[in-house]
Amino acid sequence: MFIIVGIVPIEDLPLIYGEAKLLEKSLEIQNYSIPIERGTSALIAAAIKVLEVFKKENPFTFLIGDIGKGRGSKNLYKFLSENIEIYKPKVITFHYILPDVDGCLKLILALEKLSPKPVLIADAGFMYAVKMAGYSDFFDLFTPDLGELAFLADEKAPHPFYTRGFLLENENNIEELIKRAYKYKNASKYLLIKGKRDYIVCEGNILNIIDNPIVEELEAIGGTGDTLTGIISALVYTGFNLEEACEIGCQVNRLAGALSIPSPATQIQEIIPYIPKALNTILF
Amino acid sequence: MKFFKKIFFKNKKNFKGILIFENTSQVIEAERILKAAGYKIKVVAPPSAIRKGCDLAIELPIIESLGILEFLKNKKIEYLDFISCNDNELLKPVDIFQIKDFGKYLMVRAANMKLTIDKENLIIVNISGGGCPDVPYLASKLIGLSLNTAPQPKELANTLCGYALQLAYEKIKELLCLS
Repeated sequence: MFIIVGIVPIEDLPLIYGEAKLLEKSLEIQNYSIPIERGTSALIAAAIKVLEVFKKENPFTFLIGDIGKGRGSKNLYKFLSENIEIYKPKVITFHYILPDVDGCLKLILALEKLSPKPVLIADAGFMYAVKMAGYSDFFDLFTPDLGELAFLADEKAPHPFYTRGFLLENENNIEELIKRAYKYKNASKYLLIKGKRDYIVCEGNILNIIDNPIVEELEAIGGTGDTLTGIISALVYTGFNLEEACEIGCQVNRLAGALSIPSPATQIQEIIPYIPKALNTILF
Repeated sequence: MKFFKKIFFKNKKNFKGILIFENTSQVIEAERILKAAGYKIKVVAPPSAIRKGCDLAIELPIIESLGILEFLKNKKIEYLDFISCNDNELLKPVDIFQIKDFGKYLMVRAANMKLTIDKENLIIVNISGGGCPDVPYLASKLIGLSLNTAPQPKELANTLCGYALQLAYEKIKELLCLS
């Protein structure tokens, strides 16, 4: 089973879980309609677009409402800690959630008991929580952007908000940041560093750099990192190894963006429909 | 009083007062009220020994602590604890900004948050980056509004990512001479 975990910005949405269906502008899960804006709903929509091409079943999703107050996130951590083993996951992608070390540690304890161990992918708030919990190397893939890489490289920062200036100033020195993130065990086995150039890294070594096509506008568009993580997660579920999935995912996400002829004001919903065409172009 | 005397006379020059709150929303509210009252306070990370995760605290000049604590009490703002702390133990919020000019659009990044506006009509066209749960919420509330009329991110924010967006918002207003 391919599982995606995250929150949506609807304060009173209870915990909902089930297979997600993609409608024109929304997701349908357990008869709830979730708008595709950005964040985890965009990640899920992108993953579904990839799975459509491979004629695979849609992901099983766990979503809850949270607008930053943390109550929804807390319930999500608790539910998953107590129930994740029932679902026998093959790939789990964790996404937006309030970083909470205690909640994260309890969930990791539950993940450690899973056999076989699923492929574990973390982005956004859950990636921050895993770093703070000291379990980064238990995960298979993190997908930070450059600012988040600087946070991973800063062994003292509990959140990107506190990344120390000397690391941000040297952000272009990406190799040093990668080295530092692995030195302090704050990196997963693989890293995909999203940016103008996407870096695919395994255990500290840069395996590949994807920089074509360059679409400068994508940096400003909220959700392009979310779609990339969704595409890669779905590719891993269909059987690609992590390096292949990252390489293809970066190419597809860039091409889908380029096909939408974006401006910095483009919204992610306008890019997602181009994912199947981009994937077919890259793969077949 | 004994507690305050102790912290006043112990390394007065190097120690700060730190206010610890239950959650980030309360920190943002206390910061707003204290700044409006003219107190020179800053938000910082709590010292590592008491950090729970994604949290903020308020640093204040220790010499003003009595007045500030009384002020908060009168405003019925509750805090969990007040401690003294060596300046070297505190992590400061990011103060480095990346600015990208797309011609018609301007993007400012603070820490992990990016805010993009249309320079011609000052409309917020995109919000990206971040990982805390209020990022999608802030985007849904602010995109499409003018910088002149939109609520400040900190009025809606509950997390550090939301606070970082506030810094990007303030920077973009400064760059456009709107602040």
